[in-house]
Amino acid sequence: MKRIGVFICHCGINIKGTIDVEKLTEELAEYPGVAYIENYIFMCSEPGQKLIRDTIVEHKLDGVVVAACSPTLHETTFQDALDEMNINRHQLEIANIREQCSWVHDDIEEATRKANLIIKTAVEKLKLNESLIPISAPLTKRVLIIGGGIAGIQAALDIADGGYEVILVEKEPSIGGHMIQLSETFPTLDCSQCIMTPKMVAVNKHKNIKLFANSEVESIEGFVGNFKVNIKRKPQYVDPDKCTICDDCTPVCPVVVPSEYDEGMSWRKAIYIPFPQSIPATFTIDTENCLGFNPIACTKCSDACEPDAIDYDKKPEYFEEEIGAVIVATGFDLYPVENMAEYGYGKYPDVLDGLQFERILSATGPTGGEMHRPSDGKVPKEIVFIQCSGSRDPERHLPYCSRICCMYTIKHAKLYKHKVHDGQPYIFYIDIRSGGKRYEEFVQQAVSEDGIVYFRGKVARIYKEADKMIVHGIDTLTSKKIEIKADMVVLAMGIKPNNSAEKVISNLKLNTDENGFLIEAHPKLRPVESLQSGFYLAGTAQGPKDIPDTVSQASAAAAKVLALLSNDEISHSPIVAIVNEELCSGCGICVSTCPYGARELDEIKKIATVNDVLCEGCGACISVCPSSAAQQKNLTDEQILNMVKIYSYL
Amino acid sequence: MKEQFTPKIVGFLCNWCSYAGADLAGSAKLEILPSLTVIRVMCSSRIDPNLVLTTLLLGADGILIAGCHPGDCHYEKGNYYARRRFALLKKVIKTLKIEPERLQLSWVSASEGKRYAEVVNQFTEKIKKLGPNPIQTNPYL
Repeated sequence: MKRIGVFICHCGINIKGTIDVEKLTEELAEYPGVAYIENYIFMCSEPGQKLIRDTIVEHKLDGVVVAACSPTLHETTFQDALDEMNINRHQLEIANIREQCSWVHDDIEEATRKANLIIKTAVEKLKLNESLIPISAPLTKRVLIIGGGIAGIQAALDIADGGYEVILVEKEPSIGGHMIQLSETFPTLDCSQCIMTPKMVAVNKHKNIKLFANSEVESIEGFVGNFKVNIKRKPQYVDPDKCTICDDCTPVCPVVVPSEYDEGMSWRKAIYIPFPQSIPATFTIDTENCLGFNPIACTKCSDACEPDAIDYDKKPEYFEEEIGAVIVATGFDLYPVENMAEYGYGKYPDVLDGLQFERILSATGPTGGEMHRPSDGKVPKEIVFIQCSGSRDPERHLPYCSRICCMYTIKHAKLYKHKVHDGQPYIFYIDIRSGGKRYEEFVQQAVSEDGIVYFRGKVARIYKEADKMIVHGIDTLTSKKIEIKADMVVLAMGIKPNNSAEKVISNLKLNTDENGFLIEAHPKLRPVESLQSGFYLAGTAQGPKDIPDTVSQASAAAAKVLALLSNDEISHSPIVAIVNEELCSGCGICVSTCPYGARELDEIKKIATVNDVLCEGCGACISVCPSSAAQQKNLTDEQILNMVKIYSYL
Repeated sequence: MKEQFTPKIVGFLCNWCSYAGADLAGSAKLEILPSLTVIRVMCSSRIDPNLVLTTLLLGADGILIAGCHPGDCHYEKGNYYARRRFALLKKVIKTLKIEPERLQLSWVSASEGKRYAEVVNQFTEKIKKLGPNPIQTNPYL
């Protein structure tokens, strides 16, 4: 029989506070198979690991159970300790007595009893664990990045500069994301487009980046190092190789629709280029609004196009690419401003959201960067900004803080004041959160130099009187009612995961939190990795963040990918299915059950086989096998039953 | 008698959603009744009907199988297999004169620590009301 050592961690008082570790040590010392048992304050510390390593030698152990925190945290730590002692890493089991015992129970007796059971099951499982060697599989040294905003662009450039090929997929006709819409950026007030466009051009020019704009990821199959992605490129109807960007087509187009780039505050034609610096720089026909799909109705742009670049019959194109890793950078959208009916959005044209105000401030915006309000073009003299619009309101809107709105509002007020010197900006706020580098200085400077007036409190309602919006609120610091006759109101909307990302994310089976943001492998220590190996996260898809944090995270994700790609091959978990050839009747039920095509029938032997590289170890084929010929390595029916017996015989 | 009954419940949790949900309940220090002990499997589809029946015949008072929500399975369709199998299993255990309520299938995602605590606590209360597994008192079973 195996000689198993059991090591119980106190985790300071995290475990010891609720579980009587001394009693547990005593109780389990006599348990069959346990050759040695010990408890220690921090098993994961170097002295704790040394204790394990020394005991392995001293007591000739060939298996180790560590009773501590969840295996997601320290399983690899202790497996590595076993590796050092030349003991196979699969001779380690973690008994999760912290997250699933000491932290959820108060009663010491009950918790100790339960910890006893948990450790016994780990011992029972370990008794039958085989020593396994990781399966090595080839590694495709190419990366897919989903989303061409600043996060995707930064990650793409970093990886491409590292010498690996990148496939960048963007759903819109141009890369750039929301950052290209911004006017100037806090706290330095450098022009967003000026710092963004060089990066966009670099993406376009980079020999290692293959850009798929106006495209969507349809599906990804495979496993880390060996994915296959299907990409759909939506038709643009304009051949980029023939188009000379002469712009003869837009003046003749009879269809006028609100511009997405200007957040609906200017117009574009049905054939359009999203904005002057678009990458790729090609015209696109908007399928929904163009009349040309009915040749009798209109062919004006095609007639005007001298190089004959327009083809209304263009169909979507499908591409299959092989990749080794994926970075998900699908970004954000503003919380729908329509949900804030009490603030009159949609009813009053001079109530805007944050992105619309960015467009008014921008030199490429609908007003050419001059301050005019949408309704009558008047220069607004009094302007009210409302922070936390839709954020930090668990009852009705988003429960979380969107992190960027405090800073972008103060930037808005400051930029407004730079354009309208005699204007007065007012800001309603709950708290000012200016935690970034030089952010607090930026706020203080705006308050002292630009005369921005802050009211702590929420706005109750907004209504129109003549050409003014009457803003009713309360200043909770002075308990006074506030009434402002404003020319314009800007709602600092919170941010949420990108509207169209939901479909992609659910196709990829990535875990999201209750708000739809991607979940990282560990909130502090593995912030850019997904629990799904081979998937990495960057930017606001993972949670609200500003540009510096987004860029940092994108570079961090790129670094993780570069580390992965620097291996020559990838190791695949050996916890796969195995077939007992004596028992297998070759019925083939497993073949039709396997979601990965890893099970095949051997035509000569008339039995089922397992392709180790394709097997993901889910175990679906094991439970359907009528003759119990299929088993999962290190999680056999016998092991599960032995564990069940611990729980059932009491 | 029934007052002192502490049920023995086995929880088969899938590694990707429900086990992570259980860990999250721990990180949030939620209060969970201690009768359920967990066996981690990679996917809810790993749970062989034989295993469930044997577990009941061995004397477990309740069995919770928890996996990813429909459509969210890490292995694409494992939870659908589990769901279909579970529907049949309930009928089978009825013929054994074991209450089908002793078997529960729940979907708990990695972000639903609170839901995990609720599921376990409600299931434990339900099993407490049902009392011990009849197998323990009926020698013919």
